[in-house]
Amino acid sequence: MSVEFIKTDEDLPPVAVVERPKWTPAKIVLWVAIAIIAAIGWIMVAFVRGEDLSASWFVAAAVGSYLIAFRFYARFVEAKVCRPDPRRATPAELKDNGRDFTPTDRRVLFGHHFAAISGAGPLVGPVLAAQMGYLPGTLWIIFGVIFAGAVQDFMVLYFSMRRNGRSLGQMARDELGKVGGIIASIGILLIMVILIAVLGIVIINALAESPWGVFSIAMTIPIAVLMGVYMRYIRPGKVVETSVIGVFLLVVAIIAGGWVHENPFWSEVFHLEKTTLAWCLMIYGFFAAVLPVWILLAPRDYLSTFMKIGTILLLAVGIVIVNPTVQMPAVTEFASNTDGPAFAGALFPFLFITIACGALSGFHALISSGTTPKLIEKESQARLIGYGGMLMESFVAIMALVAAVCLDKGLYFAMNAAEPLTGGTAQGAADFINNQLGMTGVQTSPEFLENQAVLVGEESIVSRTGGAPTLAMGMAQILGNVFGGQAMMSFWYHFAVMFEALFILTTIDAGTRVARFMLGDAIGNFVPRFRDPSWNVGAWITTAVMVGAWGSILLMGVTDPLGGINTLFPLFGISNQLLAAIALAVVFALVCKMGLAKWAWIPGIPLAWDLAVTMTASWQKIFSSDPKLGYWAQHFAYRDALAAGETSLGTTEGAAAMQAVVRNTFIQGTLSIVFAVIVLMVVVMALWAAYKSITAKGPLPTTEEPFQPSRMFAPKGLIMTSAEKQVKEQWDALEPAAVQRTGQA
Amino acid sequence: MSAAVARLAAPFRAVHWYLKELMGENAYQHYLASYERRHGTREGAMAERAFWRDVTDAQDRNPQTRCC
Repeated sequence: MSVEFIKTDEDLPPVAVVERPKWTPAKIVLWVAIAIIAAIGWIMVAFVRGEDLSASWFVAAAVGSYLIAFRFYARFVEAKVCRPDPRRATPAELKDNGRDFTPTDRRVLFGHHFAAISGAGPLVGPVLAAQMGYLPGTLWIIFGVIFAGAVQDFMVLYFSMRRNGRSLGQMARDELGKVGGIIASIGILLIMVILIAVLGIVIINALAESPWGVFSIAMTIPIAVLMGVYMRYIRPGKVVETSVIGVFLLVVAIIAGGWVHENPFWSEVFHLEKTTLAWCLMIYGFFAAVLPVWILLAPRDYLSTFMKIGTILLLAVGIVIVNPTVQMPAVTEFASNTDGPAFAGALFPFLFITIACGALSGFHALISSGTTPKLIEKESQARLIGYGGMLMESFVAIMALVAAVCLDKGLYFAMNAAEPLTGGTAQGAADFINNQLGMTGVQTSPEFLENQAVLVGEESIVSRTGGAPTLAMGMAQILGNVFGGQAMMSFWYHFAVMFEALFILTTIDAGTRVARFMLGDAIGNFVPRFRDPSWNVGAWITTAVMVGAWGSILLMGVTDPLGGINTLFPLFGISNQLLAAIALAVVFALVCKMGLAKWAWIPGIPLAWDLAVTMTASWQKIFSSDPKLGYWAQHFAYRDALAAGETSLGTTEGAAAMQAVVRNTFIQGTLSIVFAVIVLMVVVMALWAAYKSITAKGPLPTTEEPFQPSRMFAPKGLIMTSAEKQVKEQWDALEPAAVQRTGQA
Repeated sequence: MSAAVARLAAPFRAVHWYLKELMGENAYQHYLASYERRHGTREGAMAERAFWRDVTDAQDRNPQTRCC
């Protein structure tokens, strides 16, 4: 092993330790063992059939693959492209202001970054994708994250870190020019609108006609306000204490939801229709975005972070202890046709769109640029935080997939087939599954479905589409097995719904707020006053516009005669993946500009794959003649039927419903076109920028901030090495005055 | 005896530390440390209550995205 101590100032201890470990026999044995575990996991998951497959093999395949990818591929990417400079000071060190720029312990930042990137997405997508069987989803989640998602997060984080934490939109403007920057910004804004709307539909599908769920989610608002007041006036800064009180109240709210469910009067009060809930969500979103954050947003964010970490740990422990048996086949009929009830479309490209978060999520590029790079202590930590954080999210997606594929198949499809197919009744769902589903080996009975609904304290679990209720059911079965048995299943079901709702509401309110600021900035180009965030009228106008934008899509989705989520979820996935295309294209251009065109395939392959997926999907959504798939085919089919004077088509009854389909497909089809065109323009501009830098004579001007030597020490990996410990002791022994740094006053 | 207790308590203390860091409870201590690095003294730094107000008010102006 060679150890090099890096110094930038002779009077100070080293600022970094660069170690090049040699392969020792013990290490070789360790990595061979990890490889063998991963390989056995994969063999069991991918090839062994006809026996009961238990969930632990998924964990083995996933964790083994992640470790190998992190140790080898991520290091390769780091060595060839990112080349972190241990001498270089990061923005956190240079612009330290004790706030948004401040050097943050790598372990803490890892947690922060993970909490910021993971939400409901990795939980919902894999559940829907389970209709194609467990194998396609597992392969895409694990290989997707290794070669695409984690690479994107890592590289965006790295490039932003070298540019004082500039945002993706700003980097696009720097690299692609003003027009490219504006187009990318419009794309980001539109994509956020769709993301918020579809997440809203997911949560409304879980809450509609569920008095228990509605009551406990509604209670999170007064709980958050209480926490906000407590932290502002009574115990400022006592975050953990306040969160513990909040979580305690949350559990009380879930238990009280059970009483509401049983009480005829209150159950009627909280029994809300989807449209009512959509309006509630819009009103909530508006106020959350205009009120000061301390009242609602900040406490809800604490609550959501606390619940996120707790629940994910709980689920991991549950899966390991219960080790449930997989019920779904490896590959179902729906992988090769377009008849799946949970979402329409064939495996390629729609599986890769349905599972966005967890494998490749463009939204992460907004966190990896802007927030996290301002907090990182050392460039060498970007691999741990960017690549490692995304591997964690991928593992969450694997757990969600496991929870879904271990459910009874009949139950899974009864929950995920839209209401027009099942009629919304247990009898209808059983008839549909037994006779029309189009998949062999799935049988169920109305009694079984009714019994399952009673177990989780719901009136019905038929057609509870959107993924969240299915995951809640899977979690309830797993957690009920460990804690409390059947008697506790209804508690765990509503616990799971509650935590998904918390994530989604946090995304909706924070997203609306961010979108409001982005819109204000954009209008500010013409009416400068809109740039002033403290101007209330401007805040109300921009918020109303953004809420109106996602709210109209939300209303369209929840009233959609065809079920809503199965037609809109692909649009959500497509927009998220298109955002990834923008991020990867910017990264691709940057790599070429650095003179590293030889290594441009590292972001280039995921970019090409992502473009193939999103463009095929957009193409099919726009041009497919199959009305189940193509928005326009459906649009014209319904228009023609209406023109011919018909009052029903397929499962749609009545002229009003048919007109709704015509309207909805028009909007969905138009959005598909707009998204695809925007992204293609950005990608073409990025390729042009890359071409110019490859053919240019001499290096192009860089957009990197100039080098400044670091004057602080931080370890590289999660665990400090002994050499790093020695250096840390030297720093700890110094007088504080000796380590004074140049930050912003 | 006390050494054994300390060893037993160590993992719990570590978890508590991590939780506090992750949730941002130590933000004020970090702010003070940062202030001292920049100014060489803690004099002139915001008081705790004012700091926490300022933290949320700053979030008002700079909203942060939460991912899906």
